[in-house]
Amino acid sequence: MSQAVQPATEEFLALKLDSSEILPLFDNANNWQERYRQIMLLGKALPKLDEEFRVEQAQVRGCESNAWLYHCEIEGKHYFLADSDARIVKGLVALLLAACHGKSSEEIATFDIEGYFDRLGLTGQLSPSRTNGLFALAKAIKASA
Amino acid sequence: MDLTKLRAQFPTLEQTLEGYPLCYLDTAATSQKPQRVMDAMVQYYEKDNANVHRAAHQLSSRATSQYEAVRDTLTRFINAERREEIIFTHGTTEAINMVAYGLTAHIKKGDLILIDTAAHHANIVPWQQLAQRTGAIIKPIPLTSECRLDETAYDALLQDKPAIVALSHVSNALGTLNPVHSLIARAKQAGALTLVDGAQAIAHLAVDVRSIDCDFYVFSAHKMYGPTGVGVLYGRYEILDTLAPMMTGGEMIKSVSFEATEFNILPNRLEAGTPPIAEVIGLGEAIAFIDELPRTETCRVENELICYLQSQLEQLGDIILYGAHQDNVGAVAFNLAGEHHQDVGILLDQQGIAVRCGHHCAMPLMLSLQIKGCCRASVGVYTSKDDIDSFITALTSVKELLL
Repeated sequence: MSQAVQPATEEFLALKLDSSEILPLFDNANNWQERYRQIMLLGKALPKLDEEFRVEQAQVRGCESNAWLYHCEIEGKHYFLADSDARIVKGLVALLLAACHGKSSEEIATFDIEGYFDRLGLTGQLSPSRTNGLFALAKAIKASA
Repeated sequence: MDLTKLRAQFPTLEQTLEGYPLCYLDTAATSQKPQRVMDAMVQYYEKDNANVHRAAHQLSSRATSQYEAVRDTLTRFINAERREEIIFTHGTTEAINMVAYGLTAHIKKGDLILIDTAAHHANIVPWQQLAQRTGAIIKPIPLTSECRLDETAYDALLQDKPAIVALSHVSNALGTLNPVHSLIARAKQAGALTLVDGAQAIAHLAVDVRSIDCDFYVFSAHKMYGPTGVGVLYGRYEILDTLAPMMTGGEMIKSVSFEATEFNILPNRLEAGTPPIAEVIGLGEAIAFIDELPRTETCRVENELICYLQSQLEQLGDIILYGAHQDNVGAVAFNLAGEHHQDVGILLDQQGIAVRCGHHCAMPLMLSLQIKGCCRASVGVYTSKDDIDSFITALTSVKELLL
């Protein structure tokens, strides 16, 4: 990905997200309200991108809301920053990042994103026919790694 | 009218989504189809499948009769003067493109084209392309703060003698109704050619093109309980006959040689290629379905639902309504205060509620409202008061979760 602007490397490293910590939260969710509450909390944990980074070059296509994605590679590991102006979408983005953040190309390439979303009880949200942009984002992440 | 019996004719409505019964409030995007429409299409494929207008054999003769009978049905349905004024298209979008393309020779540099600010992109972009080809100028007709077409501004714009006036009958995003009879009369007095996009009106209002007195009226079958892939271009014969065909090829010619080709007469001249035959037959059945409804009562019930929906949304609180009036047709647009319309849509979907959330193919309208998008709930003949109540209950949960 070639971008004119890029957040500082420290910001990428400062983001701590791990799918192994997230999955139990969803296993304990009894209904959709609980799942989406968790999603919004995760969205909140994802830092807000400064206005200067909310630019068209970083925008993820296929999303009804605005979503921006940044990527950097440090010592063979991939790090991401992303934001959206919609809260649920931002939470869903955070879920996706949690699966890939700090992972190697191989880990990302072999990660079963669909299985992960199924386990989260969010089957269908990853479909290319959805306008939440997750499909495009997942493609962009896989492509960048 | 027995709503239970009526709903039973729509098989898609009978389903649950992850435990929630489907609550379909997206009829403005596309209506559900009654079983009889699907049966009519299957019957054509099972029994009568043949190409039309080449009736050398009995199947083709049957297919042609059925296809052309729908043209007669439509002539009566919208009260056109002649059957040749009904052109089958692939939908509203194609119909407007055909008009905008076909009028190219009528338009010269500096001519003015007026477009409703609330118009769907399909009623904007083809005119922009026409303007690019000809050097014509596009001017939007502004809206009032109540999201109604600003008639004072409209009259002022008509002083400049526009060549074309393109209006929506009902706004797809807001459900607001334009007083097309009076707007068209004034446009005609100013010497303009007129087109009315009736996509959102045709399922809800009795449309009489001679009474509206527009030059062109366009709509899609799939928003009036018919199939996708077919629509109608109505054109006043004298002007329709002067449209240059956007599509050329088979069916639309009288004779072809490598030296010169002579086009056929209307309606064939504007129906190049094999038409969507099964879909036209499905549209015919959809009209038969509508014709059997007690139309006055259906209109009244739909209007009551819209007013009920508006008042329930207002009561819920933290809701911003856009262009909500008592005479709205089919749809209500809203946002949950401070929340993104897509978040609201995702959470409503969790509860089996189908609404549309986005810019509704009306970006200029969204810009004039200074919003990125909104949610739209829309109704059809099968919508019940229970649907509205389920929707409000679901929206209450969304509100609790988000606010």
